[in-house]
Amino acid sequence: MLEVDKVRKSFGGLLANKDVSLRVPAGGIFGLIGPNGSGKTTLFNSIVGLHPVDAGSIRFEGREISRLRVPQIARLGLLRTFQQTRIYGGMTCVQNMVISVRASERSLRSMFRRTPPEDLRKAEELLEFVGLFPKRHLRAGDLSFGQQKLLELAMALMSGPRMLLLDEPTAGINPTLINGLLERLRKINQQFGITLLIIEHNMRVIMELAGYIYCLAHGELLAEGKPAEIQRDPRVLEAYLGAR
Amino acid sequence: MTPRVRAAVAAAVVVLAIFLPVLLPGYRSQMALLWIMIVFASTWDLLGGQMGYNSFGNVLFVGVGMYACVLIQRDAHLGYFAGLALGSLCGALLSVALAALLGSGILGLRGHYFAIATLGLGVAAGELAGGWDFVGAGGGMVPPLFPGEVGGRETFFYYLCLALAAVTIPFLGWLYRGHFGLVLNAIRDDEDKAEAMGLRTTRYKTAAWCICAFFLGLSGGAVGNLLGFIDPREVAFAGSTFGVWMVLMAILGGKGTLWGPVLGAIIFHVTKELFWTYLLGWQRVALGLLIVVIVVFFQEGILGWARQRWPERFGHRVEQDAAP
Repeated sequence: MLEVDKVRKSFGGLLANKDVSLRVPAGGIFGLIGPNGSGKTTLFNSIVGLHPVDAGSIRFEGREISRLRVPQIARLGLLRTFQQTRIYGGMTCVQNMVISVRASERSLRSMFRRTPPEDLRKAEELLEFVGLFPKRHLRAGDLSFGQQKLLELAMALMSGPRMLLLDEPTAGINPTLINGLLERLRKINQQFGITLLIIEHNMRVIMELAGYIYCLAHGELLAEGKPAEIQRDPRVLEAYLGAR
Repeated sequence: MTPRVRAAVAAAVVVLAIFLPVLLPGYRSQMALLWIMIVFASTWDLLGGQMGYNSFGNVLFVGVGMYACVLIQRDAHLGYFAGLALGSLCGALLSVALAALLGSGILGLRGHYFAIATLGLGVAAGELAGGWDFVGAGGGMVPPLFPGEVGGRETFFYYLCLALAAVTIPFLGWLYRGHFGLVLNAIRDDEDKAEAMGLRTTRYKTAAWCICAFFLGLSGGAVGNLLGFIDPREVAFAGSTFGVWMVLMAILGGKGTLWGPVLGAIIFHVTKELFWTYLLGWQRVALGLLIVVIVVFFQEGILGWARQRWPERFGHRVEQDAAP
């Protein structure tokens, strides 16, 4: 579904991604781990078109997307959430949701359309799914950080994506709520059929969740494999968990 | 407010607006200008409040509309009312075209940079008009004389300006209730997020500015004819008066709301006229003080303050009983 091939990206003299290649076939949950500053978020930004890559190719469902811009890639159904959660703080949760339907409008008239009732229904269902239904008329900016993260996830689902890139979905979330979130992420993957690529620092979470993991260090792909293999890989242990 | 109360208030406002010239015949010109101020503040809020793009150059469209209207009145020889109608329409369309052209360039700028760029636009337009002989250069232009009887002019422009406001406000309200308004709010709250969600933000920003330009261009013709004289820097591209006032009125009433700018315009305009009447000589000082007070104490505006105080009256509530 997503093929990243020898992507290189540097900022000034800093080589943030050095010939990174990874493949994400449709259907699974994939993890992307690595120490701070190893280039995970840079890779996400490259994939979604936030900045152009210096070299290499990125294909989504067979289509080259490394030259497309952020909104164009989003409309193809490849969406990301942010490490620093981003929601529309001045709008209510429901408004946040209905504005997140996949922007397919081509005509001038559709820019001025009313919110269709089915969008509203879907918005409420998804708010129910993440447990924010009772707070749906609150300003999103008044929600707690964890709730905003859930709202951001629901917004991503609202647009009916084919694939989601999640940047640290459990960061800042109360440990007791993490299990509920894991459950939801599995449901998103299995019931909604959305392929997930997840950046995560919480080892327990990612080892439990992902079927396959890529590990970056110093901008390079260090290792890849099933969670058990990654956990045993001495290079990963050295780079990520500290030398023993 | 229940729907019944709301309807009663609306009806009272409509009746009052229609009969005001009869009640206060001496103030028709000022009241006509009040409706224009309401249009100015409300259209400024479309970008400044709803979309979060502070424009200091919206007065550009007022001036363009004003000049286009009076030029057509002068050169097309259509008779007064036909000339005014065609002129206003052409002014509006020219403003829209200009907004589309300029918008594609400077709406890519964010925050302060956009504000500065628009400020430059207004100033540049004034200087250009002031040096262009075809439009009277620094001497300005004088619209044709109103043909009707004495006093008919004020009444006519009162109702014309009232009609402008009566079209603008409901139209903006309709915009804000739909998809368009939500996209503008999304751009205001987090434009990067809006792009990451696939919204075509540039298209919406340009469209918003064009809508703004349409109503301002349309009102430009009425303002020029109402005031009876067009000076390039003091009337048409009057950045230091109209240009600043539209921002202040929107902020005073509460930006980002439909009725805030209307409320702000009424309070500001009435206060300003009172200053001119009772504090003559000190009126500009008093106005300056008022501006400082607005910026220091009413940063969220009157409606913004009310919304913080009573969030549930603005629909922001928690439904605990519906909790799963």
